[in-house]
Amino acid sequence: MKIFIPTPLRAYVDKQDAVQVNAQTVGQALDALTVQHPDLKKHLYSDEGKLRAFVNVYLNDEDVRYLPEKEATTVTEADSLSIIPSIAGGWD
Amino acid sequence: MPALTEETAALPQLDNAEIARYSRHLILPEVGLEGQQKLKAAKVLCVGTGGLGAPLTYYLAAAGIGTLGLVDFDVVDESNLQRQIIHSTNDVGRPKIDSAAEKLKALNPYVNIVKHETMLTSANALEIIKDYDIVADGTDNFPTRYLVNDACVLSGNKPNAYASIFRFEGQASVFATEDGPCYRCLYPEPPPPGLVPSCAEGGVLGILPGLLGVVQATEVIKLILGKGDSLVGRLLLVDSLNMKFRELKLRKNPDCPVCGTHPTVTKLIDYQQFCGIFPEEKPAAMQNGIPQITPVELKRRLDAGEDVFVLDVREPHEYQIVNIGAPLIPLGDLPNRLNELDPNREIVIHCKTGGRSQRAAEFLQKSGFKNVANLAGGITGWATDVDPKLPKY
Repeated sequence: MKIFIPTPLRAYVDKQDAVQVNAQTVGQALDALTVQHPDLKKHLYSDEGKLRAFVNVYLNDEDVRYLPEKEATTVTEADSLSIIPSIAGGWD
Repeated sequence: MPALTEETAALPQLDNAEIARYSRHLILPEVGLEGQQKLKAAKVLCVGTGGLGAPLTYYLAAAGIGTLGLVDFDVVDESNLQRQIIHSTNDVGRPKIDSAAEKLKALNPYVNIVKHETMLTSANALEIIKDYDIVADGTDNFPTRYLVNDACVLSGNKPNAYASIFRFEGQASVFATEDGPCYRCLYPEPPPPGLVPSCAEGGVLGILPGLLGVVQATEVIKLILGKGDSLVGRLLLVDSLNMKFRELKLRKNPDCPVCGTHPTVTKLIDYQQFCGIFPEEKPAAMQNGIPQITPVELKRRLDAGEDVFVLDVREPHEYQIVNIGAPLIPLGDLPNRLNELDPNREIVIHCKTGGRSQRAAEFLQKSGFKNVANLAGGITGWATDVDPKLPKY
């Protein structure tokens, strides 16, 4: 499946805008992503291993936090994950 | 979607000149005479008259919003002109709020412009917002984003037409309506300072605030008219480089600290602190264990022939614009290129303004380098204080 990487995090995935991974669940997909690109890990997860509060992960157009099975939700090759970090720019 | 303006209150009349001016609205059934009167009755607060605020306020003024409040405290800088189209070359050095008000008044003298020449703070936000029906957030930093959100929720759910931009990407939504999510439902906490670069550090394609500011203006107008489907509960993602528009579903978080069922934030807080930003003591000699050296001091030491290795950690395309002859290792490449550096020499690191070089210095120190310092103010500070012939970008 495809994981879309937002601009601020592309520096940690060799400047790609999407990364292809093989996974059965959302959690496995994120694991595969951080195994491929270990520098990304500290930007996505806290020291306790929890997904950081300013990073949202969407399975297609649904927030993973609101899916009944959350990160255990099964995925297929046709699904996509999007990482959506907060950005603040606009005025300066 | 219910209209925001009370139908029962008498709507303001349009004179003949206004009827001619708004003709293309008046012949649209979705706007019509009544819709145009609603726009005239509406009061919209635009926070920021920069990248997003420029197209946002321009179109709202053109559309005939009756009262347009502007909040800004900054002055026009040359580097703003690439995208902040409400300001002109002649305005460089003027307060943005004066420059913007003048342009808006020239475009549409029927609009009542209210200038709030101040930084929006926890002390004044509720007082300023209370006179408006809708807020449009065109600011550029996390503390103000959370402040605007909380103030909108705490003011009895004033809709917040939101947009933000970074490099080639933008996000837009409408937050803080009665039934919809707020900004904190989406992002309960801000990122730690320094993790997400600002536009000043990361750059931004000039048209991008144009696209997103116009999306904000569109949402404001729809909310006033009570027409169409608003972005409430949806996050619009704009990727201008690939010209892709996507949207994600947003949900109101029942545990949201400000708009949830048991809110813990019931008054405005210290948003600088919330975002991990603490007032700097100036001039700080040390920051996070890294000595800070001024451009003037570095120049003096280099001139005195001291053995100082200066390292530039910006990107190659920035190096092309201007450099001071220091070897270049971009911040992101540093972990793989440590072997190119001599851990026994004193290393002074610089970037554009001192943010990335501070992170590079902290990284080198953690990697066992004992004698690293950060050039405070970066190459921009060098151009100001040491070599004014250098361009600033």
